[in-house]
Amino acid sequence: MSVVQLSVLVIDENHIRASIIEAGLREAGYQAVSVINELDGVAQHIERSQPDVIVIDIENPNRDMLEGLFALTRSVQRPIAMFVDKSDQRSIEAAVDAGVSAYVVDGLRKERVKPILDMAISRFKAFSHMARELADVRSELEGRKTVDQAKAILIKARGISEEEAYRLLRKTAMNQNRKLSEIAQSLVTASNLLEPQEQKP
Amino acid sequence: MRNDLFPVHAGFLPLIDSAILVVGSEKGFAEDEGIDLTLVRENSWANIRDRMAIGHFEVAHMLAPMPIAAKLGLTPMPLEIIAPMALGLGGNAVTLSRRLGESLNIASDGTAFAAAPSSKALFGEVQRRRIGGLKKLVLGVVHPHSGHNYDLRYWLAASGIDPESDVDIVIIPPPYMPDALKAGRIDGFCVGEPWNSVAARDGSGVIMTTKSEIWRSSPEKVLGVSLEFAERNPEVLKALLRALTRAAMWCEKSDNHEELAHLLSRVHYIGIEPETLLPSLSGAFETADGTLHQVEDFFIPFSRAANFPWRSHALWFYSQMVRWGHADWDASQTEAISQTYRPDLYRSALATFDIPLPAASSKVEGGLPRTVPVGASKGSLLLGPDGFFDGKIFDPDMIEAYVLSQKT
Repeated sequence: MSVVQLSVLVIDENHIRASIIEAGLREAGYQAVSVINELDGVAQHIERSQPDVIVIDIENPNRDMLEGLFALTRSVQRPIAMFVDKSDQRSIEAAVDAGVSAYVVDGLRKERVKPILDMAISRFKAFSHMARELADVRSELEGRKTVDQAKAILIKARGISEEEAYRLLRKTAMNQNRKLSEIAQSLVTASNLLEPQEQKP
Repeated sequence: MRNDLFPVHAGFLPLIDSAILVVGSEKGFAEDEGIDLTLVRENSWANIRDRMAIGHFEVAHMLAPMPIAAKLGLTPMPLEIIAPMALGLGGNAVTLSRRLGESLNIASDGTAFAAAPSSKALFGEVQRRRIGGLKKLVLGVVHPHSGHNYDLRYWLAASGIDPESDVDIVIIPPPYMPDALKAGRIDGFCVGEPWNSVAARDGSGVIMTTKSEIWRSSPEKVLGVSLEFAERNPEVLKALLRALTRAAMWCEKSDNHEELAHLLSRVHYIGIEPETLLPSLSGAFETADGTLHQVEDFFIPFSRAANFPWRSHALWFYSQMVRWGHADWDASQTEAISQTYRPDLYRSALATFDIPLPAASSKVEGGLPRTVPVGASKGSLLLGPDGFFDGKIFDPDMIEAYVLSQKT
């Protein structure tokens, strides 16, 4: 009995996140894992593969379709309940906060399904953490580029050295209690406004 | 954001009947009542419901049957939702693919979007397909428990089409309907505006009929409120209902429609150009041959008690849930179901307003062939016209007989 494998379907438009979940499931010993990245054709796929558990990102517009499919049509024979257990409020909250939801064949024992949802939650969290870090790195790089532009404007306009230009920006930022990159951005914007622009054809 | 304001978060889907919430937030009506109303655009009705269940949203733009579905335990999580206000009447239409719509050959005259001729013509097409062993028509609605699903089924069934076996009804979120139609994945849909107009504009769809033609002055979206929030913050809820009532009055004035269309066109609301939104606010639609027709009472944001949460509306939705097998008939449930709609809260919030409020909490639906004055708290209140296109009447006191009569 214990060797019976659950089949899991992962629906996520985000390819990277979907493969992270898929890898996690395989590592945890679930062999019957399939992934859909497209928005179309989900219903047919489910009818064909009859998964026991569906893990879907919460922003996916197909969620209404899924619920409709389970509630109304006879094409999917087995009724499916969402999340692990209606009464398990904490696990529901954790899932929604992480941005993932799961649909489970009704009657599946929750101990068997919980590890799947827990794994999905932690991977979703790790993914958004990673995405945030990436965004931070990007904005830092962007910021540096703007600071360089601002320095160049000061060097040209006031005939000062690069180091003096940097000090001036930093001092202004400190006086105004703002970020260096914000001061640099203001200067670049102001300078673009003041600069006589060449007429574009 | 002023920090003396009470924060309220509302989920919504990109549809013109989110207008009252958008205007409440954008035009300062909520702030005037001490509320910082933040709107969050969502991708699915399931998300709106689930995020309300875990406390992300205190209130939401919601399908009118959703509080009832929650009461009946049809939602995946335990959640009590009440509807202390409706967000207008009407606002949906039925659109078919251009090829199918044109092949039905419905004459366009003064009653271009009349529900009966198109339903009959579609019955012919359904029969042709059945006899010829051709593929069933696939029609989209936005959610199983939605006005759209019940309107569409009502329209189909009136001419003898069995929505369960003669066609396939599939669920697609509103903004994805035009694409699904264009790609040929569906043959038609019932959805709120502007998504019918979008499909008509790009040439892939033809508007067949409207919600207002199927059932004049019929309920569509409500302000869904988490019962827990309502009980904990009765004064905040009253303030919100006052703010949204002012917003609804603002939306009703046609002088404001241009500005409203621009507001709604913003990318974080509907994200569709104002030129498409403006006609749908006023109910101006093109028939298959390209002539423009004005649909009366297509969408009513405020007048004729459009925001009053009639308990008879809740019961009509229950009758349809039973009709289509979404819920079992249980006479002992009707009281609890009708109480998910809360005219008492609406009345007490607006007690100081100089607008007439209905004296009754329930009415016979479909029984007013023209506009008539009815009993109201102050001044005179006009209701109707209110009628189902097949002439049937729903008396909430005789709901059991109504449910039984629809079983056949």
